[in-house]
Amino acid sequence: MSLVNSVPEMVLTTKVDQLLNWTRKSSLWYMLFGLACCAIELMQTGGPRADLDRFGMAPRATPRTSDLMIVAGTLTLKMALRTKLLYEQMPEPKYVVSMGSCSNCGGLFQLAYSVCDGVDKVIPVDVYVPGCPPRPEALTDGLILLQKKMSEEKWLVRPSAEEAALLS
Amino acid sequence: MAGAAECGGGSVALVELSRVERDMEIAAIRRLLHDKLGAAVGVVEEGPHYESIRIDDDAVERAAMLLRDTPELRFDCLSNLSGCDYPGRGAIDIVYDLYSYEFDRSLVLRVSTRRGDPLVDSVERVWPAANWLEREVFDLLGVRFRGHSDLRRILLPEDWVGHPLRKDYVEPEQYHGISTVRESMLGIRSGS
Amino acid sequence: MSVEIEFTDDHGSAGGFATEEMTLNMGPQHPSTHGVLRFVVKADGEVMRRAVPDVGYLHRSIEKIAEKVGWHGFMPYTDRVDYVAAMTCNQAWAMAAESLGGVEVPRRAEYCRVIAAELGRICSHLLAFGAMGMDIGAFTPFTHAIREREMINDLLEELCGARLTFNYLRIGGVAWDLPPDYAHKVLRFLDRFIPLVDEFDDLLSNNKIYIERLADVAVISPEMAIAYNLVGPNLRASGVDYDLRRDRPYSVYPDFDFTVPVGKGTWGSVGDCWERYIVRLHEMRESAKIVRQALEGLPGGPVIAKVRRNFKPPAGEVHIRVETPRGDQSWYVVSDGSERPYRVHIRTGSFSAMSIIESLSNGLMIADLVALIASLDVVAPEVDR
Ligand code: SF4
Repeated sequence: MSLVNSVPEMVLTTKVDQLLNWTRKSSLWYMLFGLACCAIELMQTGGPRADLDRFGMAPRATPRTSDLMIVAGTLTLKMALRTKLLYEQMPEPKYVVSMGSCSNCGGLFQLAYSVCDGVDKVIPVDVYVPGCPPRPEALTDGLILLQKKMSEEKWLVRPSAEEAALLS
Repeated sequence: MAGAAECGGGSVALVELSRVERDMEIAAIRRLLHDKLGAAVGVVEEGPHYESIRIDDDAVERAAMLLRDTPELRFDCLSNLSGCDYPGRGAIDIVYDLYSYEFDRSLVLRVSTRRGDPLVDSVERVWPAANWLEREVFDLLGVRFRGHSDLRRILLPEDWVGHPLRKDYVEPEQYHGISTVRESMLGIRSGS
Repeated sequence: MSVEIEFTDDHGSAGGFATEEMTLNMGPQHPSTHGVLRFVVKADGEVMRRAVPDVGYLHRSIEKIAEKVGWHGFMPYTDRVDYVAAMTCNQAWAMAAESLGGVEVPRRAEYCRVIAAELGRICSHLLAFGAMGMDIGAFTPFTHAIREREMINDLLEELCGARLTFNYLRIGGVAWDLPPDYAHKVLRFLDRFIPLVDEFDDLLSNNKIYIERLADVAVISPEMAIAYNLVGPNLRASGVDYDLRRDRPYSVYPDFDFTVPVGKGTWGSVGDCWERYIVRLHEMRESAKIVRQALEGLPGGPVIAKVRRNFKPPAGEVHIRVETPRGDQSWYVVSDGSERPYRVHIRTGSFSAMSIIESLSNGLMIADLVALIASLDVVAPEVDR
């Protein structure tokens, strides 16, 4: 009796990339970055009903240990420069989810003099979640979308510059 | 529940003193201030919703002291302090909403200052609550307060230019390289 | 050889060791500053000399926007003045416009407003309760609070279609009547919820560690509270028995029978952090009482008065004071008779609560600062608007 046959269910063959991505996407730690009203919905999403923990997501207090920044709320100009700083403090690879109309495009506060119309003016954004505020379901959906994006990334063989241009 | 029982009934939004009673009250307060401060105390201004006493900008602090310390008045709380820009008159009005917990009475003071060089006495030493409220008026309307201990911008960043609640304020195109307008898909510019 | 170490009260260098003051930055991104608030802390070891608040990171120029959008159009923005308790801000704005325009509100609408506002108050105090526990280091109460909040969110969503930013009130009334069978649902929730408040007491309020952390910390005397214009639960915790709903009644509050909880100094002194916390917990019970009475006495009739779409109140100005969960919110609204407000100024409870922190901070431990902020129930949008 060969060894391979004795443990058929216990062996999984996979690619290293897939394995890495699977581990990464299943423990996505997000930074607590509630800026305004959307932060309340972010908290509710982390709460018992929507329960983000089941996706392996846990809130972190500091940018240095987080993989994901959920920009939840209105980004004012005074805050914008700090947001950039916080983003730069996060270790690579890092992702940004823009939650709510305000951080997508300024939303209701496009009329304001002190609001930065969209967080993408200061940092790159991976997923935009629309809504004012987005419901916990919507945010969860956005995060699943991000997980999907993460699972398609390549780490061992990086695409060359031309390939990357073609892909994008 | 005593308070609630007295003014039961009526779904009118605000329960106020009757017109006559209020008139007498505010006239008496004005007379009291006028006796002490003289011409710095102006007239009682009629309004559709309440009357206010007009005070000169350099007598506010003394008037405030009197209002707080006179035993029959005891306005121990500065409930609100707002500024409003009137470019037509070339003035900025500062409105003080005082409240006395002891007598459950409100009073509105009004101070006008020139728009070009707005300067009003600070009442911070009378009511500490004025500290931040005055800083806010300074930040958003550019009114300076004489004798304020720490007159800095409070809401906007230190290096902000202009005072946004003035009627002729022009919003900046950019701040530290971040542009403040966003082209919408429909080609409508935001921020205007 | 023995070294003599002498500790002095003011933690200065009078003892054996010379200490040095250090400057710490706390926020604006900090898990326990309740939104984007920043403090510059001057500390000597663990003891603070001064904590200077730096606000404005959420200044969204709501007051300027009021001058650009119309009277009706400003209603959604008032939700964002205090998103934790949007209903009461809606109410203040509606009252200001009605009082300027001389609009008579139907009685049923006032009842709907009160029901919505009081549910909102429970919702807001729940968050304060949960966040307070979390800041002190107890995570479990937070999950309990969020669970209950979801229930109220469901109720409010059924009422107006939104979970957080309600936009339910209109100038002249409310947008929609209560949905069918609503009273039954609310009562079922309250029947379930009120026993849970007692459970919260067991879970958190009377916890030994919790009391140790909060009792006698950052005591605010009644005189100081009034001088700094502290309002709402913070004021009542300092022993000042004052509630606008009872003492300067607006809307239909005179119809209801409720008590106003006041700080008593149960574990420490009147006006300490624990009192501020417990006053909120009691207020949830009182709000539940008001909701029950309002549902019982709900009159018939329309829920909105006839108000012109192009609403132009005559020139004039009003001061409106409304008891929000964070206390007396004072609105100064000026109309020049046009279709846009001329000036809106909002003095909020959190604004005055923030301004008191600097004078309280001397001598507190750094960890107590977190307790103080949480007990004052400061929310950033109300400070910055
Ligand atoms: S998108 Fe809406 S809910 Fe979210 S922060 Fe902006 S205004 Fe608030």
